[in-house]
Amino acid sequence: MELARVVREHAGRLAASLVSLIGDFSAAEDLVQDAVEAALQHWPIEGIPANPDGWLYTVARRRGLDALRRNARFRDKLALAAWPPQPVPDDRLRLIFTCCHPALPRTAQVALTLRVVCGLTTAQIARAFLIPETTVAQRITRAKRKISDAGIPYRIPAADELGARLVEVMTVVYLLFNEAYLPTSSQRAQAQHLAADAEFLATLLAGLMPNVPEVLGLLALIRLHRAREAARFTPDGQIIQLPDQDRSRWDRDVIVDAAWLIARAASLKKPGPYQLQAAIVAVHTEAGRWVDTDWQQILILYTMLDRLAPSPVTKLHRAVALRYVAGPDVALAAVGELRQALNGYHLWHATRAELLRDLGRPDEAHEADRRALELTANPAEQSLLRQRISWA
Amino acid sequence: MKYVLMFAETEQFAADLAAMDETERERAYGRVRQWFTDNADKITSHTHLMPAHTATTVRLDQAEPVITDGPFVEGKEVISGFAEIDVADLDEALRIVASWPACPLVEIRPIAG
Repeated sequence: MELARVVREHAGRLAASLVSLIGDFSAAEDLVQDAVEAALQHWPIEGIPANPDGWLYTVARRRGLDALRRNARFRDKLALAAWPPQPVPDDRLRLIFTCCHPALPRTAQVALTLRVVCGLTTAQIARAFLIPETTVAQRITRAKRKISDAGIPYRIPAADELGARLVEVMTVVYLLFNEAYLPTSSQRAQAQHLAADAEFLATLLAGLMPNVPEVLGLLALIRLHRAREAARFTPDGQIIQLPDQDRSRWDRDVIVDAAWLIARAASLKKPGPYQLQAAIVAVHTEAGRWVDTDWQQILILYTMLDRLAPSPVTKLHRAVALRYVAGPDVALAAVGELRQALNGYHLWHATRAELLRDLGRPDEAHEADRRALELTANPAEQSLLRQRISWA
Repeated sequence: MKYVLMFAETEQFAADLAAMDETERERAYGRVRQWFTDNADKITSHTHLMPAHTATTVRLDQAEPVITDGPFVEGKEVISGFAEIDVADLDEALRIVASWPACPLVEIRPIAG
């Protein structure tokens, strides 16, 4: 974990300064990968050096002078570079915007960001997403080729395009985090790495763009979820649902810190989907016990969220809040209206099952749970649904 | 960097244009002329093509050349023109394309070499 953290902290910085230095994204990225691979070989044996960035830079520079023999232009720039490395202003923001450029497919944005900004190896990315290493390598190669051939720039977008481009970046971070949220039991360790990567990226963004409320909201959302991590699973990887979680295992310091982030975002007076989602989680964390949950507040927040970014899944969550504010019959009616949109979504059926059970209609509830089970591939969710079916 | 912008029409776009009256159509053309004027310093050349029904395609991967009527892509989208632009990078190309006032599809392709 410590090794991953140090690599994450320094690899992106190195990538950013090398791209600036030699002016070629692809060549710089190759050098960083070499340096990271070397670090992963040496550091576990020799220990993490006192000056990790200097170590990585030295390897990258040496490798670069050697490997870039073919390309005198890059090599000369590298040879002339200040030595020892000077602290440079943080260029990682430019790096993130290049990796998440909308002209790249989403899968490539994700792979490239993990590799270039977080310093993950191709093998680590492949393990995190359960896809073959060759697929990851291919995505990255194609993306790098497109960056240089299509002229995707290495800079922070101009003010008038920044909003849209930032949405792109935040989507990538959010996707990473979502991928980490519901791991299969065998994937728990990998997922925690990925969640740490997502938090790292969100923290980096918030540090570099401290006055963008949605960036703060995204960071708060990720931190609040991670604060509950320890309470979300049994030791053998079974899901523990929110009502049954041991709230003393939530990380109170992180929760307090996230609440501060939400308040700061709110003071900038530009509400957005990430801020609202974070606020919803925050309301849950404020309740000392499940029965103390302020459902009225949650219902209001979901209503706002659905108005800002309408989606059937948000309406489903809103219906759950409605169950506690207006009763299961009202909630079931609201869920029923989503049949068309969510018939293929396991949580629609699982939510219906819970409401039907509340209303004393066990046979229909049983049938809905069965449908939900058919529709999910996640073993932890499958096992939860199986339990419910056998109780009924 | 130099890019070619390839403009493509859809059936819907052609139908909408056909349904316009004289003044509306003149206004639509006026917007296109204005766009070319606004970006004149970045556009090195541009060409508008005759409609797809005038296209002839020759296939040369058979024993003999095969000549067929129509554009080579069978579909609802057909290339209607192209422009060459000279700009700093893809973002600048995207910025220009974002304000294109006519047909609904534009492909941006860097020029080789």
